[in-house]
Formats: sequence, structure tokens, C-alpha cells
Amino acid sequence: MKKVHASAKEALAGVLRDGMTIMAGGFGLCGIPNVLIEAVKESGVKDLTVVSNNAGIDGAGLGLLLETRQIRKMISSYVGENKLFAQQYLAGELELEFNPQGTLAERIRAGGAGIPAFFTKTGVGTLIAEGKEVRNFDGHDYVMETGLFADVSLVHAWKGDTEGNLIYRKTARNFNPMMATASRMTIAQVEHLVEPGSLDPDHIITPGIYVKRMIHVPDVEKMIEKRTTRERPAA
Amino acid sequence: MAWTREQMAARAAKELRDGFYVNLGIGIPTLVSNYIPEGMSVQLQSENGMLGMGPFPYEGEEDPDLINAGKQTVTELPTTSFFSSADSFAMVRGGHIDLSILGAMQVAENGDLANWMIPGKMVKGMGGAMDLVAGVKKVVVVMEHVAKGKDGSESPKLLKACDLPLTGTQVVDMVITDLGVFTIDKEGDGGMTLIELADGVTVDEIKARTEAAFKVAV
Repeated sequence: MKKVHASAKEALAGVLRDGMTIMAGGFGLCGIPNVLIEAVKESGVKDLTVVSNNAGIDGAGLGLLLETRQIRKMISSYVGENKLFAQQYLAGELELEFNPQGTLAERIRAGGAGIPAFFTKTGVGTLIAEGKEVRNFDGHDYVMETGLFADVSLVHAWKGDTEGNLIYRKTARNFNPMMATASRMTIAQVEHLVEPGSLDPDHIITPGIYVKRMIHVPDVEKMIEKRTTRERPAA
Repeated sequence: MAWTREQMAARAAKELRDGFYVNLGIGIPTLVSNYIPEGMSVQLQSENGMLGMGPFPYEGEEDPDLINAGKQTVTELPTTSFFSSADSFAMVRGGHIDLSILGAMQVAENGDLANWMIPGKMVKGMGGAMDLVAGVKKVVVVMEHVAKGKDGSESPKLLKACDLPLTGTQVVDMVITDLGVFTIDKEGDGGMTLIELADGVTVDEIKARTEAAFKVAV
């Protein structure tokens, strides 16, 4: 079975429909599946529920799908960098579900691992716990959170072989490995596409079983959200 | 005279111990990394998936794949490891991080913390704050002692009870403000205690600018 597709458009063929749930990896603009997101934009699919830690920034990442109003609901932990997001949310055009970042990560991990729900101490006694079951274990309260599973997951990886085995680079890993496990149709964009046998099996983070389709993005543009530097010491 | 931001960060750094794994929030807490004592091994955790965070890169050496939780470019150290967000918060929630230093809008005398949401204003989200305060062994808040309104009015931030939506209940162990340092007995009923004064600040001045009840042990 051939997993590698010639373009993002081809990789997304037949998988998109209105009203579906899509997971998109990345933290800020780091490790986002930007080429696949652009192809989702081109497809015109709408009323999407998108699970992603952030919502991109104006004009980049998931910000592109906000411009075209293709997103109906976001499930995120932090959306502070996006004016368009605030505008659409305050106008009631966009639904928003905040999850604590660790709860979001664990809900995705659980969803991919076949675990329907789990208990966490995060958010006990806050707005987040309202309407959710709270149970006491060993004298401490924990709130029940449910696993998340999507129709499609879009992830970014540094290296991948044609079998779909993936390796990530530095902090561009973030939500990508869990999201790769938490859908029936995971599509990966990889910077370096190699033949099976080229990757050290001990270094593979996402085994190929989770990856259904892939594209090669050798010269992908990577943006820096906050460029911070220090002065070089005088020679 | 009240402490400056730098002096507050330097005071917070006194809570560091050799071998600690520490998560620093955005703002004054980030400055704490400048005051890690020479020879002390402290590894900084960044909740986007990095342990052993280095300083900002030299100009021209920024790497878009290497950022901290504030989305700023950073560098690696020989001790660095990278991991997923799920692994990162397993570390946080599982009680493996020794110390979390973060900012706050309000802290109550029982250790309740509010720092993520003002009703009626655009909510940016809690990010990892709820997980950090729920899971990290010791939580230190660094903040201005009072909130200043646009008209110059002051409102206390150390309260009997928070009126903003909570980030966590009974989670704060210590509060460092520009006026002094308080400890909170978050699990018992010992309440809040003033343990240090900033240079030139009096107990009466702090009492006048604090709503929370506190014992004095300076």
C-alpha cells in the first residue's frame, strides 16, 4: 500500500467533509502541518471542529482557516496570539472549548490509546470541572475528562520513511505524536522522506501503523513567532 | 522602598535548590533564570516539551524548531531532552517537577490562585497553568502587591477569597511581591504569614495594602 502522495491536495482527496473534526499538531507556529492546513483551506471544507493547542496567528497556520471562516469550533488551551480569533469569538461566530494544556494532551493520548476517560487533579474546583464527575482517590479530588478522537489528524515530522515511521525535531514534536494516534486518518507532512531502513528503529517516535498518508515537504517554510536573541560576547 | 522586578526575581531564585527541576512562567518568573547561583545544578522545564532549557540564541542562530512555552527562541544544553506534550504534562501532573514560579492576578489566604481569566474580557486561555499548579511540588507566585487601575486607584491582589475564576484551589505555597514575602499553609489551616519585608517597607504599609489576613513573622 502506497502511503506517499505527490501533493497535499492528493493526500487529502476523499477524506474531507463538512462538519468533521480535525486535529492539527504544533505549539504556536512550531511543528505545525502548514502545507496540509493550506490544502484544507483550498478544499473549501467548512463547519470544522479543530483540535489544536493554539489557533495559529493572523495569516498563518490555523489563522488561514479562520480567515475563510471554515472553523466552527476550536478545542485549544491558549488562543492569545490571534486578533481574528477574538473578533469571531466575540461576535458569536466561533465556538471555543478551553482545555488545560496537559488535559488536552492527555485527552488526545487517551483517545488514541482506546481509553474513553481518565481522572486528573488539573482544574478541580475551577470552571473547567463544572458539570464533570469528580471522584476522590486516596483523599484527593480528581475530575473526569474524556478521550478525544478525530476524523483526521494532520501532523508535521522532521523525518519519515515511506512506511510512515516518524521522527520529530526538538520542540516541534509537541502535540504531533499523540495526534498521530488519535484519528482513523492521520496524514503526515515530512521534511525528509527516506527509504525504510534509513531510520534507526530505536529512534522512531511514531510507528508507521498510525500514519495512513504522507507528503514530502523538503523546503517547508518555518516561521518564528517571537524571535529572541542575546548579545554575542565581545571577541 | 519596594523591590524592583529584578529584585523580586532574585528573591524568587533563593527558593532554588541544587538538583531542582523548575518551570518558570512568563514575565518576572522568566528573569529568575538570571539568578541561578554559580555551581548549582537547576534544569528548567518548558511545558511545550523540553527539559534543560538554555539561554536565548545568538543573533543568526535562532531555530524555529526550538522554542520555549512563551514561543520565544531558546537554545539547548548538553543536558537537554525533548519529549511530547503528553510526556511533558505527565512530568508536571505526576509531581516530578520541584518548583513552579508564576505570575498571578489574585491569591487568596488559603492558597487559591486566579491568573487566567477576567470575565467580560477576551479570554486567551489557561495554557499549562492549571496543570502546573495542580501538579508541581512547590508553587511560588511572583506579582505586584496591588493592581493599579488606569485612574491610579489601587486594588489588593492578596485577598480573603479570589473573585476571579480560579486556576487552582489551595495550590500556592509562597507569594513574593514588591513589598515582601508570604508563605501559605495550603494544606493545613495555618493561613498566610508575612516572613520578609522589602527594604524600607513596614508591616503597617503592607497591612494597609492587603485584604487577606496574615500573621507576621519577620
